[in-house]
Amino acid sequence: MMESLVSFFAMGGYYAYVWPAYGLAAVVLGGLLVVSLRALRVRQAEVDRLEGGGRRRRAGGGGA
Amino acid sequence: MTVSLHRFANPARFLKIAALVLPWASGLTVGLLGLGLYLGLVASPPDYQQGESVRIMYVHVPAAWMAMFVYSVIAVASATALIWRHPLADLVAQASSPIGACFTFLCLVTGSLWGKPMWGTWWMWDARMTSVLILFFLYLGHMSLSKAFDDPVRGAKAASVLALVGVVNLPIIKFSVDWWNTLHQPASVMRLDGPTIDGSMLTPLLLMALAFTMYYVALLILRVRAEMLDRKLRTARLAAVDAATVPAPAR
Amino acid sequence: MTRKRRRLYVVVLCMTALFSAAALVLTAFEDNLVFFYSPSDLATKGLAGERRIRIGGLVEEGSVLRDGSTTIRFRVTDLQTALPVVFNGILPDLFREGQGVVAEGRMGPNGVFTATEVLAKHDENYMPPEVAEALKKAGHWQDGMAK
Repeated sequence: MMESLVSFFAMGGYYAYVWPAYGLAAVVLGGLLVVSLRALRVRQAEVDRLEGGGRRRRAGGGGA
Repeated sequence: MTVSLHRFANPARFLKIAALVLPWASGLTVGLLGLGLYLGLVASPPDYQQGESVRIMYVHVPAAWMAMFVYSVIAVASATALIWRHPLADLVAQASSPIGACFTFLCLVTGSLWGKPMWGTWWMWDARMTSVLILFFLYLGHMSLSKAFDDPVRGAKAASVLALVGVVNLPIIKFSVDWWNTLHQPASVMRLDGPTIDGSMLTPLLLMALAFTMYYVALLILRVRAEMLDRKLRTARLAAVDAATVPAPAR
Repeated sequence: MTRKRRRLYVVVLCMTALFSAAALVLTAFEDNLVFFYSPSDLATKGLAGERRIRIGGLVEEGSVLRDGSTTIRFRVTDLQTALPVVFNGILPDLFREGQGVVAEGRMGPNGVFTATEVLAKHDENYMPPEVAEALKKAGHWQDGMAK
């Protein structure tokens, strides 16, 4: 069990190339997702604020 | 055809369809990614020449395909925006380019990480690598150009023109390995006489490519929504400025 | 409707012009876009001399000679002409006899190419070792490679 795990992470000696490739993919694609979600949330909050702060208050918020 | 396109370009309709698609795209991304990673990293065999390093292929090749696919989407959206002035087209193009840039960046760096142990170099100015680097710069140019003008309509127009000019690069990337002698090998999957990859390696490759496609669809929906809110905020702010400076005439 | 049609024509026209221009430029520069020369190119074009060039081909079977330390001699062939190469340095993992190779360096006056960098070039075939073994055993190796 332990041995097979070690050999898995060793990647036939190419661990220094395989894992950074996968790690970078996770960081870049995950990071882009987080950044996009945050931008969406910030804007949604801003729109809700503007619409909620208008003359006619809406109970539901940005449901328009 | 114009009628149906117009209907699709209706933002309210888009939001409705997007709300239906998003959970499916997200779920499929997670599922396909899990399966693809398991098959790619654990269950698939090493290559007879490249050993375990061949596993870099399962991120490198899908990233490369997506880099070109996303650019094609931007090009079609740009042409639609320029010719038919659909309200959604510019949003799709602008929401796509950071995603495409990320895929291109991943393709370049994972290619480098693969090239060092196999070919013996991180980088080489051969036709394939140079044309993909140009694609990366096209993405960066598209992103900055669309934000370079105070008037977002002018920015979108300039970015659309750049996107269409850059389309010339796509066939160059695809056929660079056939037209010139390069360090990069010719295509293994998208070739006329069928793939030259063993099935046990082709399956994880296609699964990862599908996962990346679903990720793009989900992210595109999120980013188009953000762009829509952005336009909304901009018009709201402009209206507020107008109201503050010019006394509003009684309607 | 007519305005849309006109814009469509303008975009189509511009794209046609752009693609024709690109095709013309690429055709015109074809000779300058050569990444490496084959040994036969070298023999016919006579590119010996000062210029640093790249050569590419297959490492000829049985031609690899390691004399002592890190100096390595081998021949690069395109199956018509073979070119002797001498190299002092670290070889990539995929460097082996019968495999593709790209070497950068200078052509010596003695007809020996002195490489400063040797890169391996692999083909588009990917398969597990067992499949490769089975193909070799069945004698379909060349068919498999050609496909």
